[in-house]
Amino acid sequence: MSKVKVARKSTLIDMTAMSDVTVLLLTFFMLTSTFVKKEPVQVATPASVSEIKIPETDILQILIDPTGKVFMSLDKQVDMVETLNKVGGELGMSFTPEEIKTFKIQKTFGVPMKNMKAFLALKPDKQDAILKDYGIPTDSTDNQFKTWVKCAKATNSKLRIAIKADSNTPYKVIKDVMTSLQDLRENQYNLITSLKKESAK
Amino acid sequence: MAELQTNEGGGKKKGKGSKQKKMSVHVDFTPMVDMNMLLITFFMLCTSLSKPQTMEINMPSNDKKITDADRDAVKASKAITLVLAGGDSVFYYEGQPNYKDYNSLKLSSYKAEGIRSFLIKRNIEAVNKINDLKQQKIELKISKEQFTKQASEIKGGKETPVVIIKAADRATYKNLVDALDEMQICNIGKYVIDKITPGENFLIKNYQTRGRLAQTTTIPK
Repeated sequence: MSKVKVARKSTLIDMTAMSDVTVLLLTFFMLTSTFVKKEPVQVATPASVSEIKIPETDILQILIDPTGKVFMSLDKQVDMVETLNKVGGELGMSFTPEEIKTFKIQKTFGVPMKNMKAFLALKPDKQDAILKDYGIPTDSTDNQFKTWVKCAKATNSKLRIAIKADSNTPYKVIKDVMTSLQDLRENQYNLITSLKKESAK
Repeated sequence: MAELQTNEGGGKKKGKGSKQKKMSVHVDFTPMVDMNMLLITFFMLCTSLSKPQTMEINMPSNDKKITDADRDAVKASKAITLVLAGGDSVFYYEGQPNYKDYNSLKLSSYKAEGIRSFLIKRNIEAVNKINDLKQQKIELKISKEQFTKQASEIKGGKETPVVIIKAADRATYKNLVDALDEMQICNIGKYVIDKITPGENFLIKNYQTRGRLAQTTTIPK
């Protein structure tokens, strides 16, 4: 009896094409996407038909959460340091180099100045947990928000103000922020929204 | 392909005796694919693809003292005042408010058949012109710059209505953005966000009580 010959096939698959595809995908993702910024509070922006894109640099973002807490973020660390020093100078506070270094790496800030020193002394993971309980005061008696905006603008005059607020934020808070900006003669600013398609029918 | 075949020595030329020496360099790309996949996963999870949209608004400055007389002049020119009350309701009135007649205030919604149809009806000329212009742009008759220039000219025209947006404290940020959106959809170029006055609060209450409030209390100035 003759033996049945079993054809030996190699199981090697050529991965070159696969590699090509993945590299292409990777390049696409690297070029088109932007990194997600760490924000202390979740904010769902309202949808709008506006299609203007926000500029990438020189943005002073004002983050307002549904309960009306106000946070701010700047995109350049140099600006952040100088702004902190100016605000400190205006409220009669000075910061040690260590505190400035901790402040510099914050993605979003929003702590009342009287808590600032204690906050900067905390460990980074503690800071993240506690930041969402604070917020920059905007009331008329102690309007630190105004001071922050004024100092940030004085540091970098090209800054564009962008307001990012949750859709459920009461208008009262927005009004406070807008009035503060109006007092500073910042009459042109952006509202960050998400895209919604709709046309006049 | 990831193979490299090298013919060494050019065996064929030399004659029958010499064997052809074939060397195949096979590179395994599997780890490379693994690594790429990991990187892709990382980028997909840690980045956002869409850039947020934004709308630009210009607020009136505080310096220019806008007197009540100015406001009255605008209102007298048949301006539309939108009062954003909370929830899904928006009130509007045209021209000067009539405190005595609660029917002068009208209740509407943010839906397409609500405030939008009213605003488009008021601004029908501009809307038609802009639609024509859009059509021309699609047919590539005019450039984008021309379109923007002409569109802003039409929006700023004399006959277009002026809209005053006033939000009550219980309105949400979404209501405000929705109202600003309607301005864009209805091609209204002249609009302003203003503070709500006691008069408007009175109007809403008067509407809700079907005019009973106007009979019992004094009308605010």
